[in-house]
Amino acid sequence: MTESQSHLVGIVVVSHSRLLAEGVVQLASEMAGPDVRLLAVGGTADGRLGTDANVIAEALRTADDGAGVLVLVDLGSAVLATDMAIESLAGERKADVRISRGPLVEGAVVAAVQASIGQSLGEVLAAAEAAAELDKGVSR
Amino acid sequence: MPITVDQLARFVELFAERLAAEKENLTRLDSAIGDADHGINMDRGFQAVLGKLPEISSDSAGGLFKGVGMTLVSTVGGASGPLYGTFFLRAGGALGDTTDVTAEQLAAALRAGLEGVIQRGKAELDDKTMVDALSPAVDAFDRSLDGSLPNALAAAASAAAAGRDRVTPLVARKGRASYLGERSAGHQDPGATSTTIMIEALRDALQPGA
Repeated sequence: MTESQSHLVGIVVVSHSRLLAEGVVQLASEMAGPDVRLLAVGGTADGRLGTDANVIAEALRTADDGAGVLVLVDLGSAVLATDMAIESLAGERKADVRISRGPLVEGAVVAAVQASIGQSLGEVLAAAEAAAELDKGVSR
Repeated sequence: MPITVDQLARFVELFAERLAAEKENLTRLDSAIGDADHGINMDRGFQAVLGKLPEISSDSAGGLFKGVGMTLVSTVGGASGPLYGTFFLRAGGALGDTTDVTAEQLAAALRAGLEGVIQRGKAELDDKTMVDALSPAVDAFDRSLDGSLPNALAAAASAAAAGRDRVTPLVARKGRASYLGERSAGHQDPGATSTTIMIEALRDALQPGA
C-alpha cells in the first residue's frame, strides 16, 4: 500500500439540524466503506437548530487523517461558522480544509466514494461540486 | 476622560438587557423574512455572556471583548454567532491589553469590528444586513471624534438607526432573507435592528454619569 492510499480524505457534514447531518452521513457511509472518517455536526449544544464553530473545529481535527478534510454544508450561515472554525485551526492544518459549493446529499455520497478510493482532497472536492450535475433520472 | 473596562462591561450588560427586552420583537422581524430565531439566538448568546462576565471582564478592554466574542461563537447558533463573535473578537484585538480606552482607540476598535464582519459575511452596503447599520455608525463616529465622546456616540446611534430604516424597502441579498427574493422588500432587517440596539447601548453606557 502506498502512502497516498493509507491516508484518506475526511468528510465533515455541517447542518443546522443534527438529524439532517446524521442522516446525510448515514447515507454517505453506506458508500464509503469503513475507512473514511465521516462526521456529522449539527444543532446547538442546547438542542436548537444552528451551528457552532467550536464543535465544527473539533470535528475537523477528528476527521483529518493526514489527507485533508472536505466540508459539506446545508445553508449559508454554516459556511460562516465553518470559516470561523478553519481560522481557529490556524497553524494546524488550515490549508487542508475545503468547503464544497455542491449539493449536500449527492455531494456527500460522491465525496465519500472518492475519498474511499484514496483520491486527493482536490479530486474529492471537484467530484462533490460536480455532483450538482448528477442526473436523478427524473423523466420530463 | 478615557473609557474604562468597567464602562465597556456596562455596555455589554446593557446590550444584553435590551436584547432580552427586544427578543420577541427581533424574532417577529426575523419570522417575516428569515428563520424566526434572531431574537432567541442573540438573547441565548448574551445571557451566556452575562453568566461569564465575572470571569472575563477583569483585566483589559481587549480581554473583555475577546471573551464576549468567544462566548457568542459557541452559544448563538445562527449566522449572528460568527458575525457578532467576529465583531467583538476583532474589536478586542484592536483594543489589546489597554485598560483606559481613548475615543480614538474605540473608533479603531469599531472599525476593526466592522471590517471583520464584512470579511466574515461578505456583505456589501444595500445587501440589507447588519452592515447597513454598522458601517454608517462607524463612519459617523469617526467624523464626530473631534467633538465630545457623547456627541460622537449619539451621531453613531442616529446613523445606525437611519441605516436600518434606509434598507427596509430593499430586497435582501444575503442570508436567509435572500431566499425570499422580492418578498423581503418592505420588512425591517433583524440584523440591522440588533446592531442599532448595540450602538444605542454603547451610547447610553458611555454617557457621563451612566
